[in-house]
Amino acid sequence: MSTAVAEVEVVEKKSEPLFSKKSRKLISNPLDIDNPITVQVLGVCSALAVTTQMKPAIVMTIALTIVTASSNVIISLLRNTIPSRIRIIVQLAIVSLWVILVDQLLKAYSYDLWKQLSVYVGLIITNCIVMGRLEAFAMGNKPGPALLDGIGNGLGYGLILLIVGFFREILGGGSIFGFKIFEAMGLHYQGNGLMLLPAGACFIVGIVIWVQRSLNGYRESH
Amino acid sequence: MENLVSIGVRSIFVDNMIFAYFLGMCSYLAVSKKVSTAFGLGMAVIFVLGVTIPINWLIQNYILTQGALAWISQDFANVDLTFLQFIIFIAVIAAMVQLTEMVVEKFSPALYGSLGIFLPLIAVNCAILGGSLFMVGRPYNLAEASVYGLGSGIGWMLAIVALAGVREKMKYSNVPGPLKGLGITFILVGLMSLGFLSFLGFSI
Repeated sequence: MSTAVAEVEVVEKKSEPLFSKKSRKLISNPLDIDNPITVQVLGVCSALAVTTQMKPAIVMTIALTIVTASSNVIISLLRNTIPSRIRIIVQLAIVSLWVILVDQLLKAYSYDLWKQLSVYVGLIITNCIVMGRLEAFAMGNKPGPALLDGIGNGLGYGLILLIVGFFREILGGGSIFGFKIFEAMGLHYQGNGLMLLPAGACFIVGIVIWVQRSLNGYRESH
Repeated sequence: MENLVSIGVRSIFVDNMIFAYFLGMCSYLAVSKKVSTAFGLGMAVIFVLGVTIPINWLIQNYILTQGALAWISQDFANVDLTFLQFIIFIAVIAAMVQLTEMVVEKFSPALYGSLGIFLPLIAVNCAILGGSLFMVGRPYNLAEASVYGLGSGIGWMLAIVALAGVREKMKYSNVPGPLKGLGITFILVGLMSLGFLSFLGFSI
Protein backbone atom coordinates (compact mmCIF):
# COMPACT_ATOMS: atom_id res chain seq x y z
CA MET A 1 0.00 0.00 0.00
CA SER A 2 2.71 2.48 0.99
CA THR A 3 4.54 2.36 -2.35
CA ALA A 4 1.38 3.17 -4.25
CA VAL A 5 0.70 6.17 -2.03
CA ALA A 6 4.26 7.41 -2.53
CA GLU A 7 3.86 7.18 -6.30
CA VAL A 8 0.73 9.27 -6.24
CA GLU A 9 2.45 11.97 -4.20
CA VAL A 10 5.32 12.21 -6.67
CA VAL A 11 2.86 12.88 -9.45
CA GLU A 12 1.18 15.55 -7.36
CA LYS A 13 4.36 17.60 -7.04
CA LYS A 14 4.65 17.93 -10.80
CA SER A 15 1.34 19.78 -11.20
CA GLU A 16 2.53 23.06 -9.71
CA PRO A 17 -0.30 25.60 -10.09
CA LEU A 18 -2.21 23.88 -7.31
CA PHE A 19 -4.75 25.33 -4.89
CA SER A 20 -6.15 27.98 -7.14
CA LYS A 21 -9.86 28.55 -6.56
CA LYS A 22 -10.78 26.31 -9.48
CA SER A 23 -8.66 23.38 -8.38
CA ARG A 24 -9.91 23.65 -4.81
CA LYS A 25 -13.44 23.28 -6.21
CA LEU A 26 -12.37 20.03 -7.90
CA ILE A 27 -11.69 18.59 -4.44
CA SER A 28 -14.52 20.18 -2.47
CA ASN A 29 -17.41 19.75 -4.92
CA PRO A 30 -17.43 15.93 -4.81
CA LEU A 31 -17.68 16.11 -1.02
CA ASP A 32 -21.11 17.70 -1.11
CA ILE A 33 -23.02 19.07 -4.10
CA ASP A 34 -21.41 16.72 -6.62
CA ASN A 35 -20.97 13.69 -4.37
CA PRO A 36 -20.28 10.53 -6.40
CA ILE A 37 -22.63 8.35 -4.37
CA THR A 38 -25.56 10.51 -3.33
CA VAL A 39 -25.75 12.80 -6.38
CA GLN A 40 -24.03 11.12 -9.32
CA VAL A 41 -25.25 7.66 -8.14
CA LEU A 42 -21.95 5.97 -8.96
CA GLY A 43 -20.11 3.26 -7.06
CA VAL A 44 -23.05 2.28 -4.88
CA CYS A 45 -22.33 -1.46 -4.77
CA SER A 46 -19.16 -1.40 -2.74
CA ALA A 47 -20.43 1.53 -0.65
CA LEU A 48 -23.18 -0.71 0.68
CA ALA A 49 -21.19 -3.91 0.87
CA VAL A 50 -18.06 -2.97 2.81
CA THR A 51 -19.64 -0.71 5.41
CA THR A 52 -20.61 -3.17 8.15
CA GLN A 53 -17.52 -1.91 9.99
CA MET A 54 -15.42 1.24 9.68
CA LYS A 55 -12.01 -0.33 9.17
CA PRO A 56 -12.75 -2.04 5.84
CA ALA A 57 -14.57 1.13 4.78
CA ILE A 58 -11.41 3.19 5.26
CA VAL A 59 -9.19 0.66 3.50
CA MET A 60 -11.64 0.55 0.60
CA THR A 61 -11.62 4.36 0.39
CA ILE A 62 -7.83 4.46 0.23
CA ALA A 63 -7.76 1.76 -2.44
CA LEU A 64 -10.42 3.49 -4.54
CA THR A 65 -8.80 6.93 -4.22
CA ILE A 66 -5.45 5.56 -5.39
CA VAL A 67 -7.01 3.75 -8.33
CA THR A 68 -9.22 6.67 -9.40
CA ALA A 69 -6.50 9.30 -9.12
CA SER A 70 -3.79 7.30 -10.86
CA SER A 71 -5.94 6.01 -13.70
CA ASN A 72 -7.35 9.51 -14.18
CA VAL A 73 -3.79 10.81 -14.65
CA ILE A 74 -2.79 8.06 -17.09
CA ILE A 75 -5.95 8.34 -19.19
CA SER A 76 -5.58 12.09 -19.24
CA LEU A 77 -2.01 11.76 -20.53
CA LEU A 78 -3.19 9.36 -23.23
CA ARG A 79 -6.43 11.19 -24.03
CA ASN A 80 -5.36 12.40 -27.49
CA THR A 81 -4.01 9.04 -28.64
CA ILE A 82 -6.87 6.72 -27.62
CA PRO A 83 -9.21 5.95 -30.55
CA SER A 84 -12.73 6.60 -29.30
CA ARG A 85 -14.19 3.28 -30.53
CA ILE A 86 -11.99 1.15 -28.29
CA ARG A 87 -11.66 3.57 -25.39
CA ILE A 88 -13.64 1.44 -22.92
CA ILE A 89 -11.26 -1.49 -23.37
CA VAL A 90 -8.23 0.79 -22.99
CA GLN A 91 -9.71 2.33 -19.84
CA LEU A 92 -10.53 -1.08 -18.39
CA ALA A 93 -7.00 -2.31 -19.06
CA ILE A 94 -5.42 0.65 -17.29
CA VAL A 95 -7.82 0.46 -14.35
CA SER A 96 -7.24 -3.29 -13.97
CA LEU A 97 -3.50 -2.68 -13.89
CA TRP A 98 -3.89 -0.41 -10.85
CA VAL A 99 -6.40 -2.68 -9.19
CA ILE A 100 -4.08 -5.68 -9.57
CA LEU A 101 -1.30 -3.65 -7.91
CA VAL A 102 -3.53 -2.57 -5.01
CA ASP A 103 -4.91 -6.10 -4.63
CA GLN A 104 -1.46 -7.71 -4.52
CA LEU A 105 -0.17 -5.10 -2.02
CA LEU A 106 -3.18 -5.61 0.22
CA LYS A 107 -2.77 -9.38 0.01
CA ALA A 108 0.91 -9.09 0.92
CA TYR A 109 0.69 -6.62 3.80
CA SER A 110 -2.74 -7.08 5.34
CA TYR A 111 -4.07 -10.53 4.52
CA ASP A 112 -6.99 -10.48 7.00
CA LEU A 113 -8.46 -7.30 5.57
CA TRP A 114 -7.94 -8.63 2.07
CA LYS A 115 -10.00 -11.70 2.99
CA GLN A 116 -12.70 -9.55 4.56
CA LEU A 117 -13.02 -7.30 1.50
CA SER A 118 -13.02 -10.43 -0.71
CA VAL A 119 -14.26 -9.73 -4.22
CA TYR A 120 -14.92 -6.05 -3.61
CA VAL A 121 -11.29 -5.02 -4.17
CA GLY A 122 -11.37 -6.71 -7.57
CA LEU A 123 -14.68 -5.03 -8.24
CA ILE A 124 -13.02 -1.59 -8.11
CA ILE A 125 -12.30 -2.32 -11.80
CA THR A 126 -15.99 -2.10 -12.54
CA ASN A 127 -16.67 0.57 -9.95
CA CYS A 128 -18.69 3.17 -11.79
CA ILE A 129 -16.88 6.04 -10.04
CA VAL A 130 -13.61 5.14 -11.73
CA MET A 131 -15.15 4.61 -15.16
CA GLY A 132 -17.48 7.58 -14.78
CA ARG A 133 -14.69 10.00 -13.92
CA LEU A 134 -12.49 8.67 -16.73
CA GLU A 135 -15.27 9.23 -19.25
CA ALA A 136 -16.58 12.50 -17.86
CA PHE A 137 -13.37 14.23 -16.79
CA ALA A 138 -10.04 12.61 -17.68
CA MET A 139 -10.86 12.23 -21.39
CA GLY A 140 -11.15 16.01 -21.73
CA ASN A 141 -8.78 17.53 -19.18
CA LYS A 142 -5.08 17.93 -18.39
CA PRO A 143 -3.37 15.51 -15.96
CA GLY A 144 -3.16 18.02 -13.08
CA PRO A 145 -6.88 18.73 -12.75
CA ALA A 146 -7.58 15.05 -13.50
CA LEU A 147 -5.49 14.04 -10.49
CA LEU A 148 -7.36 16.47 -8.24
CA ASP A 149 -10.69 15.30 -9.61
CA GLY A 150 -9.74 11.69 -8.88
CA ILE A 151 -8.68 12.49 -5.32
CA GLY A 152 -11.79 14.61 -4.73
CA ASN A 153 -14.14 11.89 -5.90
CA GLY A 154 -12.30 9.28 -3.87
CA LEU A 155 -12.73 11.44 -0.78
CA GLY A 156 -16.39 12.14 -1.52
CA TYR A 157 -16.94 8.38 -1.76
CA GLY A 158 -15.01 7.89 1.48
CA LEU A 159 -17.12 10.48 3.30
CA ILE A 160 -20.35 8.61 2.62
CA LEU A 161 -18.68 5.28 3.40
CA LEU A 162 -17.54 6.56 6.77
CA ILE A 163 -20.95 7.99 7.67
CA VAL A 164 -22.72 4.77 6.70
CA GLY A 165 -20.02 2.62 8.32
CA PHE A 166 -20.18 4.65 11.53
CA PHE A 167 -23.94 4.18 11.98
CA ARG A 168 -23.89 0.54 10.94
CA GLU A 169 -21.05 -0.36 13.30
CA ILE A 170 -22.31 1.59 16.30
CA LEU A 171 -25.95 0.51 15.95
CA GLY A 172 -25.19 -3.01 14.78
CA GLY A 173 -22.38 -3.95 17.15
CA GLY A 174 -22.11 -1.07 19.62
CA SER A 175 -18.50 -0.36 18.66
CA ILE A 176 -16.33 2.09 16.70
CA PHE A 177 -13.26 0.70 14.90
CA GLY A 178 -13.83 -2.50 16.89
CA PHE A 179 -13.69 -0.60 20.20
CA LYS A 180 -16.73 -1.52 22.34
CA ILE A 181 -17.81 1.97 23.29
CA PHE A 182 -20.91 1.13 25.31
CA GLU A 183 -19.07 -1.51 27.36
CA ALA A 184 -16.33 1.03 28.08
CA MET A 185 -18.95 3.42 29.49
CA GLY A 186 -20.33 0.60 31.65
CA LEU A 187 -23.58 0.27 29.70
CA HIS A 188 -25.01 -2.80 28.08
CA TYR A 189 -25.91 -2.57 24.40
CA GLN A 190 -27.81 -5.24 22.52
CA GLY A 191 -26.62 -5.05 18.90
CA ASN A 192 -29.28 -4.37 16.29
CA GLY A 193 -28.99 -7.15 13.73
CA LEU A 194 -30.92 -5.23 11.08
CA MET A 195 -28.00 -2.83 10.63
CA LEU A 196 -25.68 -5.69 9.68
CA LEU A 197 -28.09 -6.94 7.02
CA PRO A 198 -28.00 -5.54 3.47
CA ALA A 199 -31.33 -3.84 4.20
CA GLY A 200 -29.84 -1.74 7.00
CA ALA A 201 -27.25 -0.29 4.61
CA CYS A 202 -29.98 0.71 2.15
CA PHE A 203 -32.03 2.43 4.87
CA ILE A 204 -29.02 4.39 6.13
CA VAL A 205 -27.96 5.53 2.65
CA GLY A 206 -31.58 6.57 1.99
CA ILE A 207 -31.63 8.62 5.19
CA VAL A 208 -28.21 10.17 4.46
CA ILE A 209 -29.52 11.29 1.06
CA TRP A 210 -32.66 12.67 2.71
CA VAL A 211 -30.66 14.72 5.22
CA GLN A 212 -28.16 15.94 2.62
CA ARG A 213 -30.87 17.05 0.23
CA SER A 214 -32.88 18.82 2.92
CA LEU A 215 -29.71 20.77 3.77
CA ASN A 216 -28.56 21.73 0.27
CA GLY A 217 -32.00 22.06 -1.30
CA TYR A 218 -31.35 19.66 -4.20
CA ARG A 219 -34.60 18.20 -5.57
CA GLU A 220 -35.23 15.49 -8.13
CA SER A 221 -38.21 15.93 -10.41
CA HIS A 222 -39.57 12.43 -10.57
CA MET B 1 -29.03 -33.03 -11.18
CA GLU B 2 -30.54 -32.28 -7.79
CA ASN B 3 -27.40 -30.35 -7.03
CA LEU B 4 -27.85 -28.19 -10.13
CA VAL B 5 -31.45 -27.34 -9.22
CA SER B 6 -30.34 -26.41 -5.73
CA ILE B 7 -27.56 -24.13 -7.05
CA GLY B 8 -30.00 -22.50 -9.47
CA VAL B 9 -32.61 -21.80 -6.80
CA ARG B 10 -29.99 -20.54 -4.36
CA SER B 11 -28.45 -18.14 -6.87
CA ILE B 12 -31.84 -16.73 -7.88
CA PHE B 13 -33.41 -16.23 -4.46
CA VAL B 14 -31.01 -16.67 -1.54
CA ASP B 15 -27.71 -15.33 -2.90
CA ASN B 16 -29.47 -12.75 -5.04
CA MET B 17 -26.90 -10.46 -6.71
CA ILE B 18 -28.74 -7.30 -5.65
CA PHE B 19 -30.28 -8.11 -2.30
CA ALA B 20 -27.44 -10.14 -0.81
CA TYR B 21 -24.31 -8.65 -2.43
CA PHE B 22 -25.38 -5.25 -3.89
CA LEU B 23 -23.75 -6.08 -7.21
CA GLY B 24 -24.82 -4.07 -10.24
CA MET B 25 -26.47 -1.37 -8.16
CA CYS B 26 -25.56 1.53 -10.47
CA SER B 27 -27.52 0.37 -13.48
CA TYR B 28 -30.10 -1.17 -11.13
CA LEU B 29 -30.94 2.27 -9.75
CA ALA B 30 -30.57 4.14 -13.04
CA VAL B 31 -32.57 1.93 -15.43
CA SER B 32 -35.42 0.91 -13.12
CA LYS B 33 -37.82 3.72 -14.01
CA LYS B 34 -39.80 1.76 -16.61
CA VAL B 35 -40.70 -1.94 -16.55
CA SER B 36 -40.09 -2.48 -20.29
CA THR B 37 -36.55 -1.04 -20.28
CA ALA B 38 -35.76 -2.84 -17.05
CA PHE B 39 -36.87 -6.12 -18.60
CA GLY B 40 -34.68 -5.54 -21.67
CA LEU B 41 -31.61 -4.79 -19.59
CA GLY B 42 -32.38 -7.78 -17.39
CA MET B 43 -32.45 -10.09 -20.43
CA ALA B 44 -29.12 -8.67 -21.64
CA VAL B 45 -27.59 -9.27 -18.20
CA ILE B 46 -28.86 -12.88 -18.15
CA PHE B 47 -27.29 -13.47 -21.56
CA VAL B 48 -23.93 -11.91 -20.71
CA LEU B 49 -23.71 -13.64 -17.30
CA GLY B 50 -24.80 -16.99 -18.75
CA VAL B 51 -22.07 -16.85 -21.40
CA THR B 52 -19.16 -15.23 -19.55
CA ILE B 53 -19.23 -17.42 -16.45
CA PRO B 54 -18.68 -20.75 -18.28
CA ILE B 55 -15.98 -19.11 -20.48
CA ASN B 56 -14.23 -17.67 -17.45
CA TRP B 57 -14.51 -21.05 -15.71
CA LEU B 58 -12.65 -22.68 -18.62
CA ILE B 59 -10.00 -19.94 -18.59
CA GLN B 60 -9.57 -20.19 -14.85
CA ASN B 61 -9.22 -23.97 -14.79
CA TYR B 62 -7.20 -24.53 -17.96
CA ILE B 63 -4.97 -21.44 -18.01
CA LEU B 64 -4.81 -19.44 -14.82
CA THR B 65 -4.64 -21.63 -11.71
CA GLN B 66 -1.40 -23.15 -10.54
CA GLY B 67 -0.57 -26.24 -12.53
CA ALA B 68 -3.42 -25.63 -14.98
CA LEU B 69 -1.02 -25.34 -17.91
CA ALA B 70 0.19 -28.92 -17.41
CA TRP B 71 -1.97 -29.96 -20.39
CA ILE B 72 0.50 -28.17 -22.72
CA SER B 73 3.68 -29.65 -21.33
CA GLN B 74 5.13 -30.71 -17.99
CA ASP B 75 7.45 -27.68 -18.05
CA PHE B 76 4.53 -25.39 -17.28
CA ALA B 77 3.23 -27.44 -14.34
CA ASN B 78 4.39 -24.87 -11.77
CA VAL B 79 3.22 -21.73 -13.53
CA ASP B 80 0.70 -19.70 -11.53
CA LEU B 81 -1.03 -16.95 -13.50
CA THR B 82 -3.76 -16.13 -10.97
CA PHE B 83 -2.62 -12.51 -10.74
CA LEU B 84 -3.79 -12.01 -14.33
CA GLN B 85 -7.32 -13.03 -13.32
CA PHE B 86 -8.87 -9.56 -13.21
CA ILE B 87 -7.55 -8.32 -16.52
CA ILE B 88 -8.40 -11.51 -18.43
CA PHE B 89 -11.90 -11.78 -16.97
CA ILE B 90 -12.65 -8.16 -17.81
CA ALA B 91 -11.37 -8.64 -21.36
CA VAL B 92 -13.70 -11.63 -21.88
CA ILE B 93 -16.61 -9.64 -20.47
CA ALA B 94 -15.91 -6.59 -22.64
CA ALA B 95 -15.74 -8.78 -25.75
CA MET B 96 -19.03 -10.53 -24.90
CA VAL B 97 -20.75 -7.22 -24.27
CA GLN B 98 -19.58 -5.90 -27.63
CA LEU B 99 -21.07 -9.01 -29.22
CA THR B 100 -24.38 -8.61 -27.38
CA GLU B 101 -24.51 -4.99 -28.47
CA MET B 102 -24.13 -5.97 -32.12
CA VAL B 103 -26.78 -8.72 -31.82
CA VAL B 104 -29.30 -6.43 -30.11
CA GLU B 105 -28.67 -3.63 -32.62
CA LYS B 106 -29.33 -6.02 -35.50
CA PHE B 107 -32.42 -7.82 -34.20
CA SER B 108 -34.16 -5.28 -31.97
CA PRO B 109 -33.37 -1.64 -32.87
CA ALA B 110 -36.18 -0.42 -30.57
CA LEU B 111 -34.64 -2.10 -27.53
CA TYR B 112 -31.22 -0.88 -28.64
CA GLY B 113 -32.51 2.69 -28.70
CA SER B 114 -34.16 2.49 -25.29
CA LEU B 115 -31.17 0.87 -23.56
CA GLY B 116 -28.87 3.53 -25.00
CA ILE B 117 -25.68 4.03 -23.04
CA PHE B 118 -26.50 1.23 -20.58
CA LEU B 119 -25.79 -1.56 -23.03
CA PRO B 120 -22.04 -0.86 -23.36
CA LEU B 121 -22.04 -0.15 -19.64
CA ILE B 122 -22.99 -3.78 -18.89
CA ALA B 123 -19.25 -4.33 -19.33
CA VAL B 124 -18.68 -2.32 -16.19
CA ASN B 125 -21.71 -3.76 -14.38
CA CYS B 126 -20.23 -5.23 -11.22
CA ALA B 127 -22.74 -8.11 -11.27
CA ILE B 128 -20.94 -9.62 -14.28
CA LEU B 129 -17.38 -9.44 -12.95
CA GLY B 130 -18.64 -10.20 -9.44
CA GLY B 131 -20.31 -13.37 -10.73
CA SER B 132 -17.03 -14.56 -12.22
CA LEU B 133 -15.08 -13.75 -9.06
CA PHE B 134 -17.60 -15.54 -6.82
CA MET B 135 -17.53 -18.53 -9.18
CA VAL B 136 -13.74 -18.75 -8.78
CA GLY B 137 -14.07 -18.77 -5.00
CA ARG B 138 -16.50 -21.71 -4.99
CA PRO B 139 -15.69 -25.30 -5.98
CA TYR B 140 -18.04 -25.49 -8.98
CA ASN B 141 -17.60 -27.73 -12.01
CA LEU B 142 -18.47 -26.51 -15.52
CA ALA B 143 -22.17 -27.47 -15.39
CA GLU B 144 -22.62 -25.97 -11.94
CA ALA B 145 -20.85 -22.78 -12.99
CA SER B 146 -23.15 -22.39 -16.01
CA VAL B 147 -26.25 -22.89 -13.87
CA TYR B 148 -24.87 -20.41 -11.35
CA GLY B 149 -24.33 -17.82 -14.09
CA LEU B 150 -27.83 -18.20 -15.50
CA GLY B 151 -29.39 -18.23 -12.03
CA SER B 152 -27.61 -15.05 -10.95
CA GLY B 153 -28.76 -13.34 -14.14
CA ILE B 154 -32.37 -14.40 -13.58
CA GLY B 155 -32.20 -13.19 -9.98
CA TRP B 156 -30.87 -9.80 -11.14
CA MET B 157 -33.63 -9.48 -13.74
CA LEU B 158 -36.27 -10.41 -11.19
CA ALA B 159 -34.98 -7.73 -8.84
CA ILE B 160 -34.85 -4.95 -11.43
CA VAL B 161 -38.29 -5.72 -12.89
CA ALA B 162 -39.82 -5.78 -9.40
CA LEU B 163 -38.24 -2.44 -8.50
CA ALA B 164 -39.32 -0.87 -11.79
CA GLY B 165 -42.89 -2.03 -11.12
CA VAL B 166 -42.90 -0.36 -7.71
CA ARG B 167 -41.26 2.82 -9.01
CA GLU B 168 -43.88 3.19 -11.76
CA LYS B 169 -46.54 3.30 -9.03
CA MET B 170 -44.42 5.64 -6.90
CA LYS B 171 -45.23 8.48 -9.31
CA TYR B 172 -48.69 8.72 -7.77
CA SER B 173 -47.57 8.86 -4.16
CA ASN B 174 -46.74 11.95 -2.17
CA VAL B 175 -43.11 11.56 -1.14
CA PRO B 176 -41.40 14.38 0.86
CA GLY B 177 -39.36 16.58 -1.51
CA PRO B 178 -35.78 15.80 -0.43
CA LEU B 179 -36.53 12.09 -0.33
CA LYS B 180 -37.90 11.99 -3.88
CA GLY B 181 -36.10 9.92 -6.47
CA LEU B 182 -32.93 8.35 -5.14
CA GLY B 183 -33.67 8.50 -1.41
CA ILE B 184 -36.99 6.68 -1.51
CA THR B 185 -35.55 4.19 -4.00
CA PHE B 186 -32.86 3.16 -1.53
CA ILE B 187 -35.45 2.65 1.19
CA LEU B 188 -37.54 0.59 -1.25
CA VAL B 189 -34.54 -1.59 -2.08
CA GLY B 190 -34.01 -2.09 1.65
CA LEU B 191 -37.59 -3.22 2.15
CA MET B 192 -37.42 -5.57 -0.84
CA SER B 193 -34.18 -7.02 0.49
CA LEU B 194 -35.93 -7.74 3.81
CA GLY B 195 -38.62 -9.55 1.81
CA PHE B 196 -36.02 -11.68 0.05
CA LEU B 197 -34.58 -12.65 3.45
CA SER B 198 -37.56 -14.94 3.87
CA PHE B 199 -35.98 -17.23 1.26
CA LEU B 200 -33.05 -17.81 3.62
CA GLY B 201 -32.73 -21.45 4.53
CA PHE B 202 -34.87 -22.36 1.53
CA SER B 203 -33.42 -25.43 -0.16
CA ILE B 204 -34.44 -28.23 -2.45
